[in-house]
Amino acid sequence: MTDDKDVLRDVWFGRIPTCFTLYQDEITEREAEPYYLLLPRISYLTLVTDKVKKHFQKVMRQEEVNEIWFEYEGTPLKWHYPIGLLFDLHASNTALPWSITVHFKNFPEKDLLHCHSKDVIEAHFMACIKEADALKHKSQVINEMQKKDHKQLWMGLQNDKFEQFWAINRKLMEYPPEDSGFRYIPFRIYQATTERPFIQKLFRPIASGGQLHTLGDLLKDVCPSAITPEGGDLRFFMHCMDISVCSH
Amino acid sequence: MSSSLLWAVDIFGRVYTLPTVGQYWELCKDTQLEFKRVSAVKQCCWGIGCDHQVYTYVFSGDVPIRYQEETYENQRWNPVGGFCEKLLPSDRWQWSDVSGLKHQQLDSFTLPSPHWEWESDWYVDENIGGEPTEKGGWTYAIDFPSTYTKDKKWNSCVRRRRWIRYRRYKSRDVWAKVVSHDDQDRLSDPFNDISIGGWEITDEPPGRLSVWAVSLQGRVWYRENVCHHNPEGSTWSLISTPGEVAQISCGPYDLLWATLWEGQAIVREGIDRNNPQGVSWSTVESPGSENGIMHISVGVDVVWCVTKDRKVWFRRGVNSHNPCGTSWIEMVGEMMMVNVGLNNQVWGIGCDDRTIYFRQGVTPSELSGKMWKAIVCGRESDRSQTGSSTSLLSAGCFFTDDIQNQTNAIIQGDADTSSDTELSSIPTNFSSTPPMLAAASSTGSQAAAAPVNVTVDPLDSDTEAAAASAHNEKAHLESRKSTNPNPSAELQWTNIDLKEAHRHAVLSIGTFAETSSLSSLGMFSVGAEEQYGADEHALWAWVSGGGCLVDLHSPLKWFAVPSGLSSSVQSLSLSITPAQTAAWRKQIFQQLSERTKRELENFRHYEQAVEQSVWVKTGMLQWWRNWKPHKWMDVRVALEQFTGSDGMRDSILFIYYMYHEEKKYIHVFLNEVTIIAEVLKEGKHSFALYTPERTKQRWPICLAATTEQEMHDWLSLLTMSCCESRRIQGPPSHQAIWSVSCKGDIFVSEPSPELEAGPQPMPCDQMFWRQVGGHLRLVECNNRGIVWGIGYDHTVWVYTGGYGGGFIQGLASSADNIYTQSDVKCVYIYENQRWNPVTGYSSRGLPTDRYMWSDASGLQECTKANTKPPSPQWSWVSDWYIDFSTSGGTDREGWQYAADFPASYHGHKTMKDFVRRRRWARKCKIVTNGPWLEVPPVTLWDISIIPSSDADDEESVALWAISDKGDVLCRLGVTQQNPAGTSWLHVGTDQPFISISVGAFFQVWAVARDGSAFYRGSVSPKKPAGDCWYHIPSPQKQKLKQVSVGRTSVFVLDKNGNLWYRQGITPSYPQGSAWDHVSNNIRKMSVGPLDQVWVIADKVQGSHGLSCGTVCHRTGVQPMEPKGLAWDYGIGGGWEHITVRGNASEAPRSSAPSASESPTEPTGSEGSGRKGKTERSRTPLLVSERQEVDRNAVNC
Repeated sequence: MTDDKDVLRDVWFGRIPTCFTLYQDEITEREAEPYYLLLPRISYLTLVTDKVKKHFQKVMRQEEVNEIWFEYEGTPLKWHYPIGLLFDLHASNTALPWSITVHFKNFPEKDLLHCHSKDVIEAHFMACIKEADALKHKSQVINEMQKKDHKQLWMGLQNDKFEQFWAINRKLMEYPPEDSGFRYIPFRIYQATTERPFIQKLFRPIASGGQLHTLGDLLKDVCPSAITPEGGDLRFFMHCMDISVCSH
Repeated sequence: MSSSLLWAVDIFGRVYTLPTVGQYWELCKDTQLEFKRVSAVKQCCWGIGCDHQVYTYVFSGDVPIRYQEETYENQRWNPVGGFCEKLLPSDRWQWSDVSGLKHQQLDSFTLPSPHWEWESDWYVDENIGGEPTEKGGWTYAIDFPSTYTKDKKWNSCVRRRRWIRYRRYKSRDVWAKVVSHDDQDRLSDPFNDISIGGWEITDEPPGRLSVWAVSLQGRVWYRENVCHHNPEGSTWSLISTPGEVAQISCGPYDLLWATLWEGQAIVREGIDRNNPQGVSWSTVESPGSENGIMHISVGVDVVWCVTKDRKVWFRRGVNSHNPCGTSWIEMVGEMMMVNVGLNNQVWGIGCDDRTIYFRQGVTPSELSGKMWKAIVCGRESDRSQTGSSTSLLSAGCFFTDDIQNQTNAIIQGDADTSSDTELSSIPTNFSSTPPMLAAASSTGSQAAAAPVNVTVDPLDSDTEAAAASAHNEKAHLESRKSTNPNPSAELQWTNIDLKEAHRHAVLSIGTFAETSSLSSLGMFSVGAEEQYGADEHALWAWVSGGGCLVDLHSPLKWFAVPSGLSSSVQSLSLSITPAQTAAWRKQIFQQLSERTKRELENFRHYEQAVEQSVWVKTGMLQWWRNWKPHKWMDVRVALEQFTGSDGMRDSILFIYYMYHEEKKYIHVFLNEVTIIAEVLKEGKHSFALYTPERTKQRWPICLAATTEQEMHDWLSLLTMSCCESRRIQGPPSHQAIWSVSCKGDIFVSEPSPELEAGPQPMPCDQMFWRQVGGHLRLVECNNRGIVWGIGYDHTVWVYTGGYGGGFIQGLASSADNIYTQSDVKCVYIYENQRWNPVTGYSSRGLPTDRYMWSDASGLQECTKANTKPPSPQWSWVSDWYIDFSTSGGTDREGWQYAADFPASYHGHKTMKDFVRRRRWARKCKIVTNGPWLEVPPVTLWDISIIPSSDADDEESVALWAISDKGDVLCRLGVTQQNPAGTSWLHVGTDQPFISISVGAFFQVWAVARDGSAFYRGSVSPKKPAGDCWYHIPSPQKQKLKQVSVGRTSVFVLDKNGNLWYRQGITPSYPQGSAWDHVSNNIRKMSVGPLDQVWVIADKVQGSHGLSCGTVCHRTGVQPMEPKGLAWDYGIGGGWEHITVRGNASEAPRSSAPSASESPTEPTGSEGSGRKGKTERSRTPLLVSERQEVDRNAVNC
């Protein structure tokens, strides 16, 4: 599906309408208007909320402003999860727009990582890309890239430049024709109900017998309980798509 | 039938084939015989049976093998009886051959062997040199022998007519015994070895093969006249040898080695196209004195041998000039035999395990390869009945209905195994895979362990039958006890026991060569030993790779064991590919769209989190500057993209350059660019950008990059930006116009409705062309999205519905439906010589002469060493060879003579000739990818698909084609769902054809090689092949070369570039009445379903050698004016082919009727004012005036 521009575009241009409101206990000089924004699903909260920060800082006293963090219905939102994931995980059944509360105080040290600059996001993002490529190509592709390619990848994400991003990313999504797939499929399964961060395992795209694995095989392997009839009420989402139906 | 097969014989003498795309050995269809040896090429296989007779196995194809017998009936006029059979005593016979020297009556013709049958009875040929004759096909002359004319004159005293009768080779897909008529006595000595090859030596006659055989007494025989229309050859000729020969091997070209009983090798010298038997032998000593050579195999320029100690050796330094090579190198491994196949690939049979090994890593630069890898494919009979996965794998099958069925079946099967217990699946395996079973289930091995002592003849063991009948273990045991055992039960023991027997056989023969074994392998008596019961591998005796093309780009699936279960799963995973992926994609896309709707629809007024800004790609390129002197100069190039107010993106390309130390720039809006095409300009990686303005000027912007990769990056980005700014994405529509440049690049354009809008059509220089991956010579389509292409190597491809491919990677390219595509073409250079009184012809020319090695024009020096393939995408696949098929003919050494350079050349030397030249060719191959799938196995020359306006989707579509041998073919089962169709139907003709076209109402017109036109009568959906040909005389003194039929219009093109319109065609008289001249200077044309006429216009004379053209559109074509009025010029030069047969969309009838009265002159056409219609339509086509214009075009 990596060459399917229509699908890639739709995934890339996925947006969540969001309403940011300032936490009630924050001290302001005048009343803070809510701020409405379309957030890119594939980006990170702290990467795309400069406008939000600016908006609320205007009504606050400078000394009251500490590191910004976000919360939804009492759950601090991890900035290092993609926005779409946060939404699907915590808020998939709520009415739109998504209501996020903005905090400038009482940073929840035990729940969130600090994000003092965009370099931190870039480092995190590149680490994810590298980890994925380690699984896909033993890091060969990412290591063969030049520094400027890495930069282009990051800038593409940061500036929401689909072509710029995919011009490089497609190299990461290719595999030589003699292989019939990646070495391992990089994936993470996040669960809405548990405290565990996510499930991650080594998983080859091709079984030892030569047949191609399906998503169903992966789920069967990784969380067998979910596939049994009793697990029928579990549902799997990927980019907000209900994939429970596809996996069988 | 896959066109690429590895042939092998197991130790029981059974012949198997393994497709390169397959995973299973398939038992040869004709299982009646046991074989000792086989030698295969692409189209056939020759073998030595266990009866020591020679057999040939010719693949069935859709095109029959036909041979035309002819004889002449001669008559003389006398005053009494008029023309009658009574001839003068001095005359020829009443029935004779064409020369009159040989007496041949109708009944003197007999079939050459039992493998032929007559197609029909004798009939009179009523066609003379492309023109129809009257009254019984008689041609008249004053006397024998003389020039015959079709008109009877007052002085016509004699007449003759030609009778023809076709015979057809019928023994295809079976082993046909090669019968020898005259040489029974000489051939009392039975045959022992056979090797075929030599097809690269010459193409005359087509399909010519060298067939060499060795008899038991060590004599070497050459089979005369083996070619396509004579697959059995005629007689055996004895070739004297310096000693008794044990085994022989013949390469694809002129290499021929044999082994002597004494252990040396002998090498044939002097093999060439004039003398394919060669002249003499020279001897090569074996690698070691104590161990002689036992087995030898040769390729194009490699020799491998096995010595008596089973060691494998590679001969160094072998080439055409030195067929003996220089020295032996010992290779790893011990083999029974080795065999060199196509592309010098090597197979061997292991000495210990009798497994077939493939030599991996054999490349042109490393002919000896890297390592032996065992082929572990199972045999087809070992497989449970899950259907043939090989057919699934073979290209072109994805469209057939079988796949659908198969998919269902497999899914069911898969469900069964998961739900049922294992027990239920055992019996199926059991019955079909006797040897496998022993290993697979414990009950089976018990059965195998039971002691038995049966002597069996392998001939009785019919694996297929066994596979079909399902018996459980008990039934087997019972039937074995009975006196007349059930054959399927017997088979169990047959396989197991005989294998053991052969272990003994091999051992007992010891160091004796396999070749010496006279006894049939099946004759050994059997002693059962249980431990071998578990051995599931086939034991091989012989392998031949001469028909096996291993493509380095598509990996072989021979090296992994396909177990019973995984094979079905494998099929399952493969079956995912086309239909299900499409369904999934649809589902995913739908979900994403729903998501977008849900999450965005009411919130579009929200602010975007990230603001869009301009993104610029910059780089350094070279630019062909537009002031004199023209040359490349370094420029900085920047592509700027911006989002318009409507949310769509557009781009501008800036080119910054220095002009007299002043910074300047030019810029191009990419939404104005009409085409971006790769060009070959002075060996640079260059491409051209055209806008309508630049097309008019014939002066594109030419840019060059330093590497091919860099160029492709730019091309990909620019193409994507162009498509985006024009909002073009996805696959081309059914209406699309396809064209092919002389570089073999494929372009497609979406016709706007205004393109054929009568009075004011859209100028065709405004058409936007985008590239589609692949390399083809021509593309033909119809208005229902059925598109076929033919490569330079005549391979046939069907369009898969994808887009992109080639350099267009990633996003502008579809994920599915892009496959590897390849093509082969020739690069030509000329060797020039001048005659001087002292030395005769020599390579020392006059100082004013052209280079002694040059291109066709003589302007460019082209030596064998410095001539490179057209681009880095191409690689050489042959060595330089003399091309004898140059127009004008050649002498025996390929020379053409002329009075001086440059002149017209002829094939024989005369007194007035002082210079000569000959053409050398070298094949090169491109491997790329694109939305194309091969349609094997017939190779084609021309193709035409019916442009049907409103037929329903299920109905099959008429598709006619001409094979590269000139046969007329009709494709059956072509539908929108299955554009590849199912099979070819051969339509008989009396001569080879070169062009065909089928009009919207099943009017099939064709052009024969002699330049005459034919109309096929009574073609209809119910009668797809019609009934008979009607001969249409061609325009006066013109030989036709192409025909194209639209809705009702019929146009033909003659060899002098004249375009003719057929007048007087009515529904009741579809052949029409006369030809009407339309234009000259035309190279190729396409008439569409609206009767629109598009052509590729040839260049002006003088620019010889550059056979490239310009796309032109005939304007003013209307029902009452089918010939049109003038030409409108589009993209070019450098175009070779166009098809507009998809564009059936009528122009909108919006223009006022008065407008049709005064057609506006389209820009670029030659007319200056209104002239008489006749005059206008006859005005010659003017093409670019200035020579420099051509230099920027796409060059061949």
